[in-house]
Amino acid sequence: MGPLLKNLVGERGTAVFLAIVVCIGVIVPVLHLVPEPGSALHLSGYTMTLIGKYMTYALLAVAVDLVWGYCGILSLGHAAFFALGGYAMGMYLMRQIGPRGVYGDPVLPDFMVFLNYKELPWFWHGFDMFWFAMLMVAVVPGVLAFVFGWFAFRSRVTGVYLSIITQALTYALMLAFFRNDMGFGGNNGMTDFKDILGAAINAPQTRVALFVASAVALILGYLACRYITLSRAGRVVQAIRDSESRTRFIGYRVESYKLWIFTFSAVLAGIAGALYVPQVGIINPSEFQPINSIEVVIWVAVGGRGMLYGAAAGALLVNYAKTYFTAALPEYWLYALGLLFIVVTLFLPRGVVGLIVKEKESARPPTSTPPTPTPHKPEAVPA
Amino acid sequence: MNAAQVVKQGWQKVFGAGTGSDRPMPGDASHGTILYVEDISVSFDGFRALNKLTLYIDVGELRCIIGPNGAGKTTMMDVITGKTRPDSGSAWFGTTTDLLTLTEPEIAEAGIGRKFQKPTVFEHHSVLQNLALAAAGNKTLWHTLFKKLSPAQSARIDEVLVTVGLKDERNLRAGILSHGQKQWLEIGMLLMQDPRLLLVDEPVAGMTPQEVERTAELLLSLAGKHSVVVVEHDMEFVRSIARTVTVLHEGSVLAEGSMDAVQNDPKVIEVYLGEAQK
Repeated sequence: MGPLLKNLVGERGTAVFLAIVVCIGVIVPVLHLVPEPGSALHLSGYTMTLIGKYMTYALLAVAVDLVWGYCGILSLGHAAFFALGGYAMGMYLMRQIGPRGVYGDPVLPDFMVFLNYKELPWFWHGFDMFWFAMLMVAVVPGVLAFVFGWFAFRSRVTGVYLSIITQALTYALMLAFFRNDMGFGGNNGMTDFKDILGAAINAPQTRVALFVASAVALILGYLACRYITLSRAGRVVQAIRDSESRTRFIGYRVESYKLWIFTFSAVLAGIAGALYVPQVGIINPSEFQPINSIEVVIWVAVGGRGMLYGAAAGALLVNYAKTYFTAALPEYWLYALGLLFIVVTLFLPRGVVGLIVKEKESARPPTSTPPTPTPHKPEAVPA
Repeated sequence: MNAAQVVKQGWQKVFGAGTGSDRPMPGDASHGTILYVEDISVSFDGFRALNKLTLYIDVGELRCIIGPNGAGKTTMMDVITGKTRPDSGSAWFGTTTDLLTLTEPEIAEAGIGRKFQKPTVFEHHSVLQNLALAAAGNKTLWHTLFKKLSPAQSARIDEVLVTVGLKDERNLRAGILSHGQKQWLEIGMLLMQDPRLLLVDEPVAGMTPQEVERTAELLLSLAGKHSVVVVEHDMEFVRSIARTVTVLHEGSVLAEGSMDAVQNDPKVIEVYLGEAQK
């Protein structure tokens, strides 16, 4: 194992987390494809897609944890980046429908025919090409985050003010996407997808491929964030979280760090959204609702802020509870969510995962045995 | 210029360039003076915090600045470090660096380090990591993301750990250090930046007598290699380290000289020492 790899996955929590994701990524598709439908071992397409959806949520939670848990930027607008990635994917899927739509127009999606569009709006060009759509999945949220961050961070907007304007951002996008003449399908959004890369979107193999892609994206996104947090830059980012002005005084360009971390996180959120849409089969402006972004923050808080796998675990946990509650006791879900958030804030500052994982850096002074150098301190000076 | 260089320069631009390495050495002090503060005035909502303040600091000097509350000590530090812009006057670091045109990080990079009144070490980082964060060198995101500390930086960390006496605490979380240790760590962080000029704000407030003594030794050992400006209320401490004392009053210099000369100055007795003895 190379030193880089060892640093990345050497820590126990990370190793356990990755092992679990890999296991899920292998076992779930096998259980879906191999046993006959009806056998006790068979996993329905619905369940697999549900777990796949959770994985994209987990990736979104990891992205939010990077900016909130490590950099101290409480973004209450990350679901907007998620939805933008989803819309980019949705546009590709709409173009793939081709002449099979209800109105049979060879180029225009159904909703455009319905709204009397004569030709494709300029921003829909290129989305018939998969590579272009995938590029936009990263570029659109990234550019928006960059421009937003450029103004916000350079004006030194921080704390609750920043949180509020991120809410305003996602709310404004919601209102915009609800408009029919924006050209994104208005309040119906985009649905009735048929193909992705020439494969039928509802075929078991396609679903498995999307599921595996979600697992792989989660793993790679996690590792990228982990690399960042372990690097010297990661320490600078955490220093910014703890004392921004102090970090500036030591000579770091705080705005630049925040801007790029925020942008990277938005790109990850966009990728998560792009994997989400083909699995749930629809994207509409309700994804931009301010409450969605707040929910993501709750996932992270419940799982364990400042621990990437805690964030991912929180996303799985809360969403499993949500699926269960909204089926069994639908009217109580929001109360349960609120209660959960209060309990975690008051009693579990390090989240559910923080209960299991012991504090890494012991608060005790060194005993007779010298402190063992931890593997992820590349700058440790040879003693 | 080949393509690789273009890409590299582009990255440096995009990732917040300005490593400082290609600029002329700031703070040319060949005339024996490291800091020129001349006729600086600052007003906050009509209150004159600094009133035509003029002050010179020599290379390698250890200067103590005293004065009653509201005399403008902290504002003076703020002006030198770029936190506050003066209404008028000039501030030069050496003969070539105009401090009034630089931002806070640029001033830190040019070689002026400031220790705040309250210890502000990074509590969640280890002592070692605190020093590594403060190490002089390329601080762009691109660099810190992909490069490790250079051997020279690691050696410098070792050296500073010894200087500030925290060698045994290197792997401890800074949050659990004692108050005095945090102050030394912070001075160590300043030293990591290889500053030409150190501004130290109330270093011994809240320290035990042993810690005060240790801090005096530390600051005396730094003078000569660095220029040090200490703002302090503790007169005993000032007496124990001071060679030259500057007394500020209502935003300008009231008196300057040796501790004894200053203490016997009638103006000083009236506004400062007199008040303290009441």
